[in-house]
Amino acid sequence: MTFQWDWGFALQTLPTLFQGLIFTLEATFYGSLLAFALGLIWALARLADVPVASQIVRLWVEFVRGTPLLIQLYFLFFIFPSYGVTLPALETGIIGLGIYYSAYASEVYRAGIEGVPRGQWEASLALGLPLRRVWGRIVLPQAMRFAIPVFGTYVISMFKESAILSTISVLELMGQANIISAETARYVEPLSMAALIFLCISYPAARLVRLLEARTGAS
Amino acid sequence: MKTDQANPNLTDYLPLLFQGVPITLEVTFAATALLVVSGFVFGLGRGSKNRLIRWPAGFVVEVLRGSSAIAQLFWAFYVLPYLGINLEPFTAGIMVLGLNGGAYFSEVVRAAFASVPKGQTEAAIALNLSAWFRLRRIILPQALPIMVPPFGNALIDMLKFTALLSLVTIQELAYRADAIRSVLADAAPVYSLTLLIYFAMALTLSLGVQWLERLVNRWGGRTAAGSNQRAASGVPRWAFGR
Amino acid sequence: MGGIPDDALLGMRDVTMRYGSRTVIDAIRLAVKPREKLAIIGPSGSGKTTILRLAMGLERPTDGFIRIDGQYLWHVQRNGALAPAGEQQARRARRAVGMVFQQFNLFPHMTALQNVTEPLIHVLRVNKKEANDRATDLLTRVGLATHLDHRPAQLSGGQQQRVAIARSLALRPKLMLFDEVTSALDPELIGEVLNVIRDLAHTTSMAMMIVTHEITFAADIADRVIVFDHGRIVEEGAPDVVLRQPQSPRTQQFLKAILER
Repeated sequence: MTFQWDWGFALQTLPTLFQGLIFTLEATFYGSLLAFALGLIWALARLADVPVASQIVRLWVEFVRGTPLLIQLYFLFFIFPSYGVTLPALETGIIGLGIYYSAYASEVYRAGIEGVPRGQWEASLALGLPLRRVWGRIVLPQAMRFAIPVFGTYVISMFKESAILSTISVLELMGQANIISAETARYVEPLSMAALIFLCISYPAARLVRLLEARTGAS
Repeated sequence: MKTDQANPNLTDYLPLLFQGVPITLEVTFAATALLVVSGFVFGLGRGSKNRLIRWPAGFVVEVLRGSSAIAQLFWAFYVLPYLGINLEPFTAGIMVLGLNGGAYFSEVVRAAFASVPKGQTEAAIALNLSAWFRLRRIILPQALPIMVPPFGNALIDMLKFTALLSLVTIQELAYRADAIRSVLADAAPVYSLTLLIYFAMALTLSLGVQWLERLVNRWGGRTAAGSNQRAASGVPRWAFGR
Repeated sequence: MGGIPDDALLGMRDVTMRYGSRTVIDAIRLAVKPREKLAIIGPSGSGKTTILRLAMGLERPTDGFIRIDGQYLWHVQRNGALAPAGEQQARRARRAVGMVFQQFNLFPHMTALQNVTEPLIHVLRVNKKEANDRATDLLTRVGLATHLDHRPAQLSGGQQQRVAIARSLALRPKLMLFDEVTSALDPELIGEVLNVIRDLAHTTSMAMMIVTHEITFAADIADRVIVFDHGRIVEEGAPDVVLRQPQSPRTQQFLKAILER
């Protein structure tokens, strides 16, 4: 059977796909916020070297990083209702993405913070700067120099991986493409257009991040 | 599958669940093998001085990396048949995961080879050593050790990605977990157990990678990379007010 | 109390520093009077940098007592006896001490002015305008009036070190520690930093402890010279005596090696 690409149909799918894209972007945005907030908490918990808590956090981070996001999402999606938590699928997806990527973010924070030269701590101690100032104005800003480009790549990864939310019935980009395919029994155009949209956003974004990397590396 | 019992229990389905483990591992290793091969092909292509090789390689890599792996999976599974390419689900799945992963790994390969000092190649040429010998005995032993830790990460990532294959009817671990969940009333036990199984596999693979790291480092003539480099950095004890 | 002379600004008694099985500082007894300029010389690994770090409270000694301007670094006085104390007490004692490091340790993401106003605003609680004025004065004093808005990356090593000195001066410490502050500098930049230190020695009332390889400089500005070796003080006295007619064979060896370069 020879296949004919139907441009008319392909373009018709775009509005629906863009609707889905909005959810994709929403999931990426809030998921990232959650990931970077939680990630810092995990990182500080580990760096503080608290006898039991730090080890638990370490195990937790390894566990989240070492298990598939898909299963974690299923877990949340099916568990929440049984504990009386009725969250829309998108929110559940955001939480899932946020938790998963927070484990990765915590390692980046740790590397960034530990990468700040000892001399910065020592100069701060010698000057008697208050701890809050040392962390807030001296150490964390320098740690973020390292972390931000990496976080940029994580945001882009999250953007692409958010397609997984379609498995818990979120109507994001991938989900919409699947619905169109199922309804029209035409797979080629919707799935190809969806893949193209992913590419058209993530490639420029990746170039931007590489630019950012070069800038923070040089300065 | 026994579905006509009055109160189905997770323990009844355990054998079914665990049968997914070898399948998952099989796919993981097959896709990783493809990842390594395609990673080298793409990586060396992108590192080539010849524009006619470098640009197409770069293009393929960016397309593979930039479009979501999940989108690629669905695309390969549903669209390829329309284009006359009929693949077994297993083959399609391994190809997508392997090529997608290879596109990412190509950067590791390229960087590792680029990090071997030019002087090494020049010295080898000056000593009249053949190109093959140069590659095998001089360059590879220095480039390979650098690639092992990222390879380890890629391997574990691949393990996790195989769960996506459950979406295209491949009956690995995630597929079975979901199937069992739909039979039982309670989702928590089966998914918790599944997570633990994946975690156990990931830890085992990590140990394997550490062993590989030691092996490759010894072959490359190094001691464990960076073990002496506890440089003047790190958070002091008083940073948390103690 | 604690066997340290009452008039000492900095006093160390029986201070020992061990890292595992290595003894870096071996039961040192040391005192620095107010306004005194003390030079510390000796071979690498002799412990001279460690002594400075102990004086600054960057490290806690394995044994012994350290007192600065009446406050013990790692002990509190309770019921007429000395009990071990923690970081909070150390913070109190550190106030009288300032330190300039070999690697400068400037804050790279702040300008020279901001580096100096940082402790003014956040330790001395001076308001922003006053802090800017004081910082400008200090930077002018070390010869950097035209570089206030430069970041460390835009400054030479000598300039960075001078900013570091200005930053430490901002807190008006009673004791200033200089840890091989010219060792990381290109030779032509050493002079400008030494000149600043010399100026401080003559125009301020600070006591100073200077660890250095610049023997001539040490002889020039020090009231007293101490020679360290393997964690012990092997020689102590006026610069003339120690450097021209050293008693200890180790000092003689060391000076011979240095001067014959």
